[in-house]
Amino acid sequence: MRFGVVVFPGSNCDSDTLHALRDVLNQDAVFLWHKDHDLKGVDCVVLPGGFAHGDYLRSGAIAKFSPLMREVGEHAARGGLVLGICNGFQVLLELGLLPGAMLRNKNLKFLCRFVTLRVENERTVFTNRARKGQVLRIPIAHFDGNYYAPPKVLDDVERNSQVVLRYADEQGRLTEEANVNGSMRSIAGLVNKAGNVMGLMPHPERAAEALLGGTDGRVILESVIRGRAS
Amino acid sequence: MKVRILVSFKNSVLDPQGQTVKNALLTLGYGFVKDVRQGKVFELDLEGIDEAEARRLIPEIADKVLANPIIEKFSWDIMP
Amino acid sequence: MIDDRILKDHNLTRDEFKLIVKLVGREPNLTELGIFSVMWSEHCGYKSSRVHLKKLPTKGPAVIQGPGENAGVLDIGDGLAVVFKIESHNHPSFIEPYQGAATGVGGILRDIFTMGARPIAVMDSLRFGPPDQPKNRSIMEGVVSGIAGYGNSFGVPTVGGEVYFDAGYAQNPLVNVFCLGLVQKDKIFYAKTDGVGNAVLYVGAKTGRDGIHGATMASAEFGKETEHKRPNVQVGDPFKEKLLLEACLEAMERGLIVGIQDMGAAGLTCSTSEMAAKSGTGIEVDLDLVPQREAGMTPYEIMLSESQERMLMVARPERVADVQAIFAKWDLDAVVIGKVVEGGRLKVRFHGDEVIDLPVDAIVNLCPAYKRPSVKPKPAKAAGKGAPVSLPDNFSKAFLKLLASPTIADKEWIFRQYDHMVQTNTAFLPGADAAVLRLKGSRRALAASLDGNSLHTRLDPKTGGAAAVAEACRNLACVGARPIGVTNCLNFGNPEKPEVMGQFEAVIEGMIEACKAFAIPVTGGNVSFYNDTEGTSINPTPVLGVVGIIEDIDKAVRPGFKAAGDVVVLLGETKDEIGGSEYLKAVHGREDGPAPRLDLAVEKKVQELCLEAAGLGLLQSAHDLSEGGLAVALAESCFHGRKGLGCVVDLEAGLRPDALLFGESQSRIVVSLRPTDLNRLLELARERKVRAAAIGKVYGESIVLSQAGKKLVDVTVREAFKAWKNAIPDLFKIHA
Repeated sequence: MRFGVVVFPGSNCDSDTLHALRDVLNQDAVFLWHKDHDLKGVDCVVLPGGFAHGDYLRSGAIAKFSPLMREVGEHAARGGLVLGICNGFQVLLELGLLPGAMLRNKNLKFLCRFVTLRVENERTVFTNRARKGQVLRIPIAHFDGNYYAPPKVLDDVERNSQVVLRYADEQGRLTEEANVNGSMRSIAGLVNKAGNVMGLMPHPERAAEALLGGTDGRVILESVIRGRAS
Repeated sequence: MKVRILVSFKNSVLDPQGQTVKNALLTLGYGFVKDVRQGKVFELDLEGIDEAEARRLIPEIADKVLANPIIEKFSWDIMP
Repeated sequence: MIDDRILKDHNLTRDEFKLIVKLVGREPNLTELGIFSVMWSEHCGYKSSRVHLKKLPTKGPAVIQGPGENAGVLDIGDGLAVVFKIESHNHPSFIEPYQGAATGVGGILRDIFTMGARPIAVMDSLRFGPPDQPKNRSIMEGVVSGIAGYGNSFGVPTVGGEVYFDAGYAQNPLVNVFCLGLVQKDKIFYAKTDGVGNAVLYVGAKTGRDGIHGATMASAEFGKETEHKRPNVQVGDPFKEKLLLEACLEAMERGLIVGIQDMGAAGLTCSTSEMAAKSGTGIEVDLDLVPQREAGMTPYEIMLSESQERMLMVARPERVADVQAIFAKWDLDAVVIGKVVEGGRLKVRFHGDEVIDLPVDAIVNLCPAYKRPSVKPKPAKAAGKGAPVSLPDNFSKAFLKLLASPTIADKEWIFRQYDHMVQTNTAFLPGADAAVLRLKGSRRALAASLDGNSLHTRLDPKTGGAAAVAEACRNLACVGARPIGVTNCLNFGNPEKPEVMGQFEAVIEGMIEACKAFAIPVTGGNVSFYNDTEGTSINPTPVLGVVGIIEDIDKAVRPGFKAAGDVVVLLGETKDEIGGSEYLKAVHGREDGPAPRLDLAVEKKVQELCLEAAGLGLLQSAHDLSEGGLAVALAESCFHGRKGLGCVVDLEAGLRPDALLFGESQSRIVVSLRPTDLNRLLELARERKVRAAAIGKVYGESIVLSQAGKKLVDVTVREAFKAWKNAIPDLFKIHA
């Protein structure tokens, strides 16, 4: 499996993601520069966390105009895998590769902490190592993670089982308290209809080593490595 | 030519910042404030196009770049 | 032309002016005077502090760079070095909390990456007025979001720090930012110009009128420029700084530059003259080439602007194009604005005229140093001058009150706003005794701690200075790290007051003794004087940042109780000391009494014992005793540990029960260990002649503290946790 981690100006989880994939999970992984038009033959494009272009207009809004996004769009259209983490998720929403948009967290503060997530759909290429209903403990770190979509879109997304992860308590219950950023229907991670593009607010690369407080992030990354939807 | 574009949340979208400002105003005794919506203002300084062309391109810029149509709406005017 | 009023506006004395005239060989023009004004200021020239700072121990086998550069550098082996420093941004953070704190972070980050190091962690020492007052809360909220806004976007984790509340900081909050960077030993860069003929490049943001010394505006001679007056507030752009970081490190990695200096305080003035002075060259600059954000700026304004996110670089002429290509890749400009010349002078041109011609040595090195008059402080004696402190009727209630006092209460409300995990090196979450950062690809880890108790320091400045060093080292010992070096930020009142100068001298004396005891060098620091409001000075507040090394990260001691049945052992001796304690302040509303004494020899032995026990894997947890004493340390060990674990502790008779539970005697650590390891630890303690007593065990779901069998505190962990956890968020709920 060959991964390409896109570097935008202002990306700051690019090296962390490369480290998790290459040094922890022993995968072939390279950086992709946002101004290039070259995916270097990767199987999975990862849009990492950070503040691409400072998030100055809206999170992810300027990054969608980066030259490389043309190739990323074509890659996705061909069924190639795309994983957007945090800021990368925001970019995917802005690109229209995933439905919806992000609002400011409900408490209007940046939020960095471990959260618990319930796996809603274990049959995607990004979750095939998980069990349905499994609770994963992975950190978040964002200001704009309050997922929004119009009701009709939400219903569509639910009907197609596109919701992959929801914020839940340690027992897997959906509560208002567990929905830390106020996301509609507690949505923390989504796939597109075809199932080859995923965006999630939590940072799996930050939960890939026991030393850093947990390894549940590997469930996501190793699912991609296993590389098939079951 | 200067253009001012106002981007704000659609009425159907909850605006937590606006809500917070409203609560603050109510706490301060301005009980007549019924609602607050917060938005962004962009001032564009244009050069080398005429007004008709500007009127055609401004909505395009606003729709494509400045606002996210899923959650935001915009209005604009040419400043005197 | 230069009269007394202009000198006053520039904070220069008549004698200083005479010296300037002598050094320059003529009367300086106004722009040149502005240059001396900032370079000979307290902030840049260390006029009042230099003679005392010189006495600090700065040597050691690991020291690559001591004080005098942007930051200190220590060799940590394996071809790596750490670069670290702490800086204050107190006044700007009071004027505009968000931007003041944000640009404080931006400034210290530049200090670190100017030297070629990638910043890997930030910590802050913050001091605010009591948070029950809305004004103080709003400053705190602004400062915290400013630190978050800058650090999170830049991509450096804010991994810890300390927050104190005291009425003395209401009009004068303290924002001290510490940054730690990592660099390959052979890739360290300095502020130097090297060869004559080299190009001087300006990189980063454009220059505006930000932060220009108030003195500028006061000069009516500026005529038409005065309508352009801008508030003094500097605005930070973390995104630009992130680009600047990547571009600078890339240019350094490829060996394209010879020297680099950031434009922080005194901007272009400081960077040009310091670089030239360090290499013994001259430097020529044409201000018309400097990228400017605003029209009509004068040479005075351009030279003294403190616009953020700018750097000055020196490169060989044949490398300029390569440097510019790298900066273009990162959407940044790199403009040649001048060159390195012979002769040791700073020559600046503007619109074709030479507007500055000064000897760089005079600007940088010949600022006068003063030994200001001082009064030796008398350490405070017995508490309350005869008014005895009564024992609380209900120790459980006093305990809960203490846990909810803002200085002791949980700070998660603050640190969850900081991205404390980015870069994936943060091994311990904020709230532990010290921040612990793993080194990728190594078994070794770095640890860092910030400390300083200003109340203790007011009561006994010398002990306070020593104790700040000792406690920071003790925090490191608790996680299993050995200290290797220290940086300091010394926040004091007006140094022209002999009492303040006396405090300053005493604190330095204390620091010297402690640094010598621990054999750790001071690699740099920062002095912030004039923290006064309406004639009242803040408590003397030395903040010490100590960096340490853990040889094997698997042996790092994680905070919090691990298992029911583990034995709780107190290392060190509890004395009859309640003076200057948080207990006295929070429960009795008093801030008097003698500060706890400190015996550095004992301190060293306690820490060595803790380190040895950690290295042998004997410790399940370790926690330093500080504000709130033993009771609070035990509670925190419960809160940080496995959910719901309580403890039962019985203490010896003899001491006053409040001193026993809440007193802040120095040199104490509470540890927990498996019962089977107890004898081994006690044996080590005997060998090292350290007092160690098994005082109880991890047990049940309550915190039960007794003296000689008599129960004093009995509170469920749940209730104690609630008091500690909710105190700060509850304060902010009012307007949430």
